[in-house]
Amino acid sequence: MAASLRCFLRSGKVTVTVRDALNQAMDEELERDERVFLMGEEVAQYDGAYKVSRGLWKKYGDKRIIDTPISEVRRRHAGLRPICEFMTFNFSMQAIDQVINSAAKTCYMSAGLQAVPIVFRGPNGASAGVAAQHSQCFAAWYAHCPGLKVVSPWNSEDAKGLLKSAIRDDNPVVFLENELLYGVPFEMSEEAQSKDFTIPIGKAKVERAGTHVTLVSHSRYVGYCLDAAAVLTKEGIECEVINLRTIRPMDVESIEASLMKTNHLVTVEGGWPQFGVGAEICARIMEGPAFNYLDSPVTRVTGVDIPMPYAKILEDHSLPQIKDIIFSVKKTLNV
Amino acid sequence: MKTMLAIISNALCRMTGRNAGAQTVSEGARVVVSRSFADFTPQATFDIKKCDLHRLEEGPPLKAELTRDQGLQYYRTMQTVRRMELKADQLYKQKIIRGFCHLYDGQEACAAGIEASINPTDHLITAYRAHGYTYTRGVSIKEILAELTGRKGGVAKGKGGSMHMYAPHFYGGNGIVGAQVPLGAGIALACQYQGNDQLCVTLYGDGAANQGQLFESFNMAALWKLPCIFICENNKYGMGTSVERASASTDYYKRGDFIPGIRVDGMDVLCVREATKFAADHCRSGKGPIIMELQTYRYHGHSMSDPGVSYRTREEIQEVRTKSDPISMLKERMLSNNMASVEEFKEIDVDIRKQVEEAAQFATSDPEPPLEDLCNHIFCNNPPLEVRGTNPWSKLKSVSKT
Repeated sequence: MAASLRCFLRSGKVTVTVRDALNQAMDEELERDERVFLMGEEVAQYDGAYKVSRGLWKKYGDKRIIDTPISEVRRRHAGLRPICEFMTFNFSMQAIDQVINSAAKTCYMSAGLQAVPIVFRGPNGASAGVAAQHSQCFAAWYAHCPGLKVVSPWNSEDAKGLLKSAIRDDNPVVFLENELLYGVPFEMSEEAQSKDFTIPIGKAKVERAGTHVTLVSHSRYVGYCLDAAAVLTKEGIECEVINLRTIRPMDVESIEASLMKTNHLVTVEGGWPQFGVGAEICARIMEGPAFNYLDSPVTRVTGVDIPMPYAKILEDHSLPQIKDIIFSVKKTLNV
Repeated sequence: MKTMLAIISNALCRMTGRNAGAQTVSEGARVVVSRSFADFTPQATFDIKKCDLHRLEEGPPLKAELTRDQGLQYYRTMQTVRRMELKADQLYKQKIIRGFCHLYDGQEACAAGIEASINPTDHLITAYRAHGYTYTRGVSIKEILAELTGRKGGVAKGKGGSMHMYAPHFYGGNGIVGAQVPLGAGIALACQYQGNDQLCVTLYGDGAANQGQLFESFNMAALWKLPCIFICENNKYGMGTSVERASASTDYYKRGDFIPGIRVDGMDVLCVREATKFAADHCRSGKGPIIMELQTYRYHGHSMSDPGVSYRTREEIQEVRTKSDPISMLKERMLSNNMASVEEFKEIDVDIRKQVEEAAQFATSDPEPPLEDLCNHIFCNNPPLEVRGTNPWSKLKSVSKT
């Protein structure tokens, strides 16, 4: 107790859950710019379906925090800066025409006359026991489209810094959160606690340095990669773990720089394998200078290519587990 | 007959020494004796068709006042749109315009009437049959035609094409049927949020009227009392499907259920104007949204690839042209009330033809956008970025100018 208190006083770090980090980001941006507002199902009086917007309605009122009827959010807001919450990104499919055809393409079609400074945010990917229609990962779908920025935070600092950047960006940003991470506490540095703290969109972060293999991941699986790395280090395998943070535009340079050091690459994601994030990374590596540094083909660790089943044992085996990452690393290193 | 009267009248002026006032004798009128402006009726009142009402006790007035200046302005606007669209037809057949081209001729009274009753600071969004509104919202004929021909002088620098033209307070031009309606409701939300007393005119067609997203928009607009005028331009056909074959209820002005509605003669610019004024007052007074159904007609097919006669008869088209053409209707009204002369209208026609011709010249001679522009404007206010070309060695540059 005393030790941790001393640590706290020394480093200025606090522990913040991802949920609270997102809440802080929105609170700060709502305060900073009165054109910013939040709309979505149950974001106001219910405090948010996942409590991400807790307290905001009490503080900012009906005008800035708007409960929408069950009608997936699709609006053009002349001069305003909306944050549109999808209760989950699965529901965004109902509004996907608006996200792509009205939001993503408009700046280009109008040759810059019409900006769309909108953030689409909400939980993405698998949860726990919510079955096939509520578990899809949309990273690849949205990242396919020019005109969108697609962001996928992992920890609290990511969540806060990236959401603030997304809100301040004059372009449509798809912000993919993860429901299972909402309640997870992470350390937040003093710098990250500042109201001006932002993380640039389009830059990945090396979460753990290593020499034998590069693990690239986003969202929840960054944590899995770090856990796998902790196990592998006992066997003398040092993994470098890269947190993509942004899916589009992807920071390929960071991956290449790491790969040129480790000569081995494993991608880890929760989404389906075909046409996915890992597939894109493979293609980009092949086209770039780092290809010649590969000592073995890139390995993709992905969700199983099936709709998500309900039964727990089946669900557990539909997504990458830490042992799958460890297995894949060893296969890639041929050990 | 009218020329005869003009000659007699002017002769009388000369004989009696009456001061005929300042006159400008234009080129075309040189050989014709022009009448003094003092001879024209400055203002007249016209009976307009009564609007069918839904959930409203009172509707727009049954009479409309028209000043000479207004009349000439509406005429000019409608005739410009007409000639511009016909020019587009010509250019399309010459293959100088490609892709989609949905023409508005026949429906001019809608665009002209609406613009006459809203402010430039109000907002407007429509679907793909958008050239008329692009013009009434302030874009020049030149920039519209050049956008159709895909040149760098086009309003969207050639990047958008027929369905994607924009201007301040005009949000296009939208290709996906019905998608503009939630957007329009959103713009109305922004007006309400900013408390600026502005409203949004959100247009859609009889085909889009059956889209689910419209009803979602109606719900939210009514729930939050958004200042939105939803306008259904019912031109009787959704592509090749007549309204009777598409809609369980063709009373489009009633489809908003809990939202009040008016059904308007969309071929009469005065009717459209009065109805829109009524609707605008309704919105601005905080009563919430309102629906207008404009009964109108398009002479062309759905688009340039549709001759427009396989699902309707030539006789029907001809009948509308002779009995209900919006431009003829206005012209006849003004002539029979001595508000303007045949020569004046001719002058305006000649002037418009000249402008459209010049614009077409520009649109055919202006260069296409430079290849350097290919990847620009993916984002707004963004640092330059690299874009992958068709092959891995092709690295293109994208900048976003504000």
